[in-house]
Amino acid sequence: MYVAVKGGERAIGNAHDWLAEARRGDPSVPDLALAQIREQLALAVDRVMAEGSLYDPDLAALALKQARGDTIEAVFLIRAFRTTLPRFGTSHPVDTGQMQIIRRISATYKDAPGGQILGPTFDYTHRLLDFGLADGDTVPQAPEAPASHSAVPHILSHLGAEGLMQPEHAPEACGADDVPDLTRTPLEFPAARPLRLQALTRGDEGFLLSLAYSTQRGYGRNHAFVGELRIGHVRVAAHLPELGFDVEFAEIQVTECESVNQFQGSKTQPAQFTRGYGLVFGQSERKAISMALVDRALRAQELGEDMSDAPAQDAEFVLSHCDNIQSSGFLEHIKLPHYVDFQAELELIRKLRREACAMQEAAE
Amino acid sequence: MTAEPLARRDWMGLIARAPLSQLDAFWPDDPPAFTWLRAPETGAMMVRGRAGAVGAPFNLGEVSVTRASVRLECGTVGHALVQGRSPRKAERAALLDALLQTAAGAALQKRVLSPLQQGEQDRAEGRARRAAATKVDFFTLVRGDA
Repeated sequence: MYVAVKGGERAIGNAHDWLAEARRGDPSVPDLALAQIREQLALAVDRVMAEGSLYDPDLAALALKQARGDTIEAVFLIRAFRTTLPRFGTSHPVDTGQMQIIRRISATYKDAPGGQILGPTFDYTHRLLDFGLADGDTVPQAPEAPASHSAVPHILSHLGAEGLMQPEHAPEACGADDVPDLTRTPLEFPAARPLRLQALTRGDEGFLLSLAYSTQRGYGRNHAFVGELRIGHVRVAAHLPELGFDVEFAEIQVTECESVNQFQGSKTQPAQFTRGYGLVFGQSERKAISMALVDRALRAQELGEDMSDAPAQDAEFVLSHCDNIQSSGFLEHIKLPHYVDFQAELELIRKLRREACAMQEAAE
Repeated sequence: MTAEPLARRDWMGLIARAPLSQLDAFWPDDPPAFTWLRAPETGAMMVRGRAGAVGAPFNLGEVSVTRASVRLECGTVGHALVQGRSPRKAERAALLDALLQTAAGAALQKRVLSPLQQGEQDRAEGRARRAAATKVDFFTLVRGDA
């Protein structure tokens, strides 16, 4: 028999006070400044911005501090905060061709115009722990070289010029209402590619990484090359109706990945390459590459490819499960009181056992 | 360094993207009297990208912004839409936008916009120079004939 109970306020209050104390840790260790998190844990900040879907490094640093370094909890805090912000408007699509590049590599062309620029990468490091960092502050200085100010065109545009790459089609005009926005309208299926890309760019990095990896291992194989990966700053412009002109009101760092994938062709289309696309806030190339591979996998139906029950090709599976706030919310709710549900299950089990016992006794 | 005075759209953007510390550094000691047309309000702008860099637009995520509008005593109106959540930055940006339209504009172009522009250029140049140092020079191993 379930009896309604009320209480726990004191326990909850004390638990939160302990949480606050535990968050601060040993008080003899100096408090962590937000600027330290922003500057020295920059990739954690970037991930929180990308999955929180709000570009604001200071806020992401605060969220990480409050969440004790728990990325998903920090993303949750950012998502909750962003719902309190009025939406002033929408930007023009950022022009990644005009990106101020810090890193740009291609796995398909060695001599890509604009060159291979490694940037501040973990690639080619030996992954040996640097115990020097434990000893205290060092201020390393990066080498410099004369900057070339020549344009760095998208590598895939060269394949496009030869007709070997399936072109992207940009609609003639695009009003604010023409682009689906899952923060305004719940996700519905079939989901068009712009909606899928929005869900993927704020999706959980680990989930997308696993799905992308699954396509490489053969679950919906589409044999991807990284045609181009670029990281850098882009300006964000919007039209200000009060003034009647555009203003580049923000500068953000983004990571972009264009994958090149085989396409065998069909009765109506010659064989050509197709692309998957990833664009993510901050410096997060693992996420951008994963997004490109999953985007390409989700185009299987549109390209008439064999849909062999590969999870990465199933838009409903991917998009319904890629959001870590949705998934952790549902997952973690089962730890909250379910006394009534469980009482019902308990009664049922007892009843079944009583019946089974009675039948056994009758048989004997 | 600014040869040509900046147009309004360009100075609004330059100020909007500038770090608050830089705006503070160049702030005049005697700011003018003004009235609020719109007190600073923080919100978000949805940033868009394009599928495949050039295709259909999609919503990438939001960026935090603050806007404000002011009127100077002479009647000139200044607007601001700045990156970040700082009311002080929005206030300063709106005031600067108004002042730059007045007779004081030419002096402010030199005193405030030039250093802001220089700062933005220096940040970009610093990144570009470091990037250039990490550019790969491939060399080919020549096969010996002998």
